[in-house]
Amino acid sequence: MNPYLCAAYIATWTIHITYLGIVARRYARLRREIKELKPKV
Amino acid sequence: MKRAFPILAILTALLLSYALRGALITAPTDQMQGDVYRIIYYHVPSAWTAFLLFFINFVASILYLVRPSQRADAVALVAAEVGVVFCTVVLVTGPIWARPVWGIWWAPGDIRLTSTLVMWLIYVSYLVLRRFSNSSQTAKLAAALAIFGALDIPLVYFSIWFFRTQHPQPVIGGGGSIDPRMLHVLLINWLAFLCFAGLVFWSRYRLEILQRQLQETQAAEALIESRG
Repeated sequence: MNPYLCAAYIATWTIHITYLGIVARRYARLRREIKELKPKV
Repeated sequence: MKRAFPILAILTALLLSYALRGALITAPTDQMQGDVYRIIYYHVPSAWTAFLLFFINFVASILYLVRPSQRADAVALVAAEVGVVFCTVVLVTGPIWARPVWGIWWAPGDIRLTSTLVMWLIYVSYLVLRRFSNSSQTAKLAAALAIFGALDIPLVYFSIWFFRTQHPQPVIGGGGSIDPRMLHVLLINWLAFLCFAGLVFWSRYRLEILQRQLQETQAAEALIESRG
């Protein structure tokens, strides 16, 4: 496989997976905050 | 939508796999560039998806200024965020493709490349403004910035028609020509990336709405506590 082609495809999925990871981490934080809030409410 | 999400995610994964197979195996090799041209199947659909998301941001920003609503504001924010991700892919895959074909990573002063970089910077500025400004006018300011920022979208798209540039002519509707088999694979890839972008957009939109609801609840709770 052409190294430039390989690099472009890997870079694309690295960017998307990194962003998905950021969104998943925000979801986890939100779930934790909701859990903490529930006993108070 | 919540129940259908896992099914849609599996279908999108299958479509992306099929599109990848098309990009790497089914599509014929380019006689001039060889296999490296296959970067087109990620570079161009990512650019089209970014344009679409920035256009959604533009429409939602106008709607917000005309009739302010949490939904329009959330749609504008999420469209800009996901659009920046796709635009980043364009800016990364472009130089990787340019190096073996043009012999350089970046053509300084090239209008298509520069206007794309400016567009990316505008939407990154938009996200920075949304992230760090605490003013009650932030949403309005961001909407105004988004409307002015959107003026760069047609400049990016039509720059290769009106200016001399290193960048090739557009695949569809321009002076360039493409093998129908390559075009078919390109459109399949765009469809796959559109479905992927749709799922990411929906997840991020749901998260944004939940975050806003949580902030409202926390504010109400703080108010109750302060009143004793």
